[in-house]
Amino acid sequence: MTKKIKNLNLNFGPQHPAAHGVLRLILELDGEVVEKADPHIGLLHRGTEKLIENKTYMQAVPYFDRLDYVAPMNQEHAFALAVEKILKIDVPIRAQFIRVIFCEIGRILSHILNVTTQAMDVGALTPTLWGFEEREKLMGFYERVSGSRLHANYFRAGGVHQDLPQGLEEDIDEFCESFPKIINDLESLLTDNRIFKQRNVDIGVVTKQDALDYSFSGVMIRGSGVPWDLRKSQPYDCYENLDFKVPVGKNGDCYDRYLCRIEEMKESVSIIKQCLLKMEKGPIKSLDGKISPPSKKDIKQSMEALIHHFKLFTEGYRVPKDEIYTAVEAPKGEFGVYLISDGSSKPYKCKIRAPGFSHLQSMDYLIKGHMLADVPAVLGSLDIVFGEVDR
Amino acid sequence: MKNLEDLEKKINSELTTKINKTEIKHNHIYLETDKDDLIDICLFLKTNNDTKFRQLIDITVVDYPERSQRFEIVYLFLSHEFNQRIVIKYSISENEVIPSLTSIFPSANWMEREVFDMYGVSFKDHPDLRRILTDYGFEGHPLRKDFPLTGHTEVRYSEDEKKVISEPVKLEQNFRNFDYESPWEGTKYIKDKIESNDKKN
Repeated sequence: MTKKIKNLNLNFGPQHPAAHGVLRLILELDGEVVEKADPHIGLLHRGTEKLIENKTYMQAVPYFDRLDYVAPMNQEHAFALAVEKILKIDVPIRAQFIRVIFCEIGRILSHILNVTTQAMDVGALTPTLWGFEEREKLMGFYERVSGSRLHANYFRAGGVHQDLPQGLEEDIDEFCESFPKIINDLESLLTDNRIFKQRNVDIGVVTKQDALDYSFSGVMIRGSGVPWDLRKSQPYDCYENLDFKVPVGKNGDCYDRYLCRIEEMKESVSIIKQCLLKMEKGPIKSLDGKISPPSKKDIKQSMEALIHHFKLFTEGYRVPKDEIYTAVEAPKGEFGVYLISDGSSKPYKCKIRAPGFSHLQSMDYLIKGHMLADVPAVLGSLDIVFGEVDR
Repeated sequence: MKNLEDLEKKINSELTTKINKTEIKHNHIYLETDKDDLIDICLFLKTNNDTKFRQLIDITVVDYPERSQRFEIVYLFLSHEFNQRIVIKYSISENEVIPSLTSIFPSANWMEREVFDMYGVSFKDHPDLRRILTDYGFEGHPLRKDFPLTGHTEVRYSEDEKKVISEPVKLEQNFRNFDYESPWEGTKYIKDKIESNDKKN
């Protein structure tokens, strides 16, 4: 007697805790082995690019917070750099340091979330609890500097919105002292953990060539042994003057990517420390009154400042006709902004290049031949956040 | 090649007829070409030992409704070896079908799907050209300049039908778009006049 065997189609998500957001994965299973994965994305599509075309350059910044919402300021950075390059304005050195500090805080925020939730996906709960305690502190820093824990709207073209409040530098420094111990604690739970290794070693292996073909960037390409980090290779702001290492993986599997993230957090801490040491008092935004808004005090005393304030918050500043692509090393990979300005105060076109988009695309190739239980592990190590994938 | 000028010369000398214009701006090479030469140029840039643009960063479209060739297709490439970026562009008119890069760069798959979804540009030989970001059953192409910001339809849960339905957008107040351009610097028509006067002087 012959039995007919049919492949099983499984609908994974859109409401699934291991889908890291609203991902709908259509999996074709042969027994427990995945034959094909078809991710359906766009459930969080908000038309960010269209909205930005209809807002002034300053009003466009908050949309960048809402992309990768676990590391908001890194996104703003790309947009700020793009506008600055077109306007040809210089950023004061203190503002550069502040930006780098908060970008690295963003990197730690993102990596803590990723490492710990990945651990949760494969069965460990404690790292999440320990890690989120630290995220809480970091988001406290976000709040103190910008007024909000997530949607900061802090990096503006020409610098940052306002100076660090009193005592924040000391508190960040204190955090840098205490945080390495937490990383060690996390590592003691995970790095040599038998279950964690069984679930991650040799799972979702990416070769060097495939990492290039599938447009991988960030940890996804470094995990496969390509030493590529935009902070080193195409430095922006003051990254040139800072000393840090770029951790590179060997096997390109989920475990190597986990190790890279852990090492990157340590490097981030060292970068923040260096910045705090090198930072001096000074202006925190461009002194050009046509671009950066005047202080409240000036508005009360100077007519010109009042006019500038009014013009900047109604019309906005005009950006000369040009086009540019700028990319930054966001925690998840290369985050780029392709900006076309037409001389008015609104961008003509603003294409956002999100790293997660190309990473998620490779899901089919990564998961083929793996077991169903490996889907969350691979998905976790891709570091997907739907805010940026769907835009 | 490490040097951007050398690279520009090299590309120009190798691909003479296929290139309409090259330019160096903001540390990138901007290269204008035609639709039919795209595949050859990409193959050359990817395989040649002096260029090695082996990663496709993004594909996008810029919509200029007033031009006869309405869409400008933009490709961004990155070379890890030489730390260079190149931008390739060409214009097409509406309804023109363009070649797909999926056979050279697998990552082009979703990027082209996104372009198709957002702008309605079709690709020849694409393995799986479906909408990607918009909703199931969505109509229109949202990033075209003539697509309204508020969209055409909105969804809500219908108590009568016990399901989510979509219906035409109803706005309590028309969408307002203020022209903030200052009178003393001139609204657009005055600005144009000033600019043309400046040129005369």
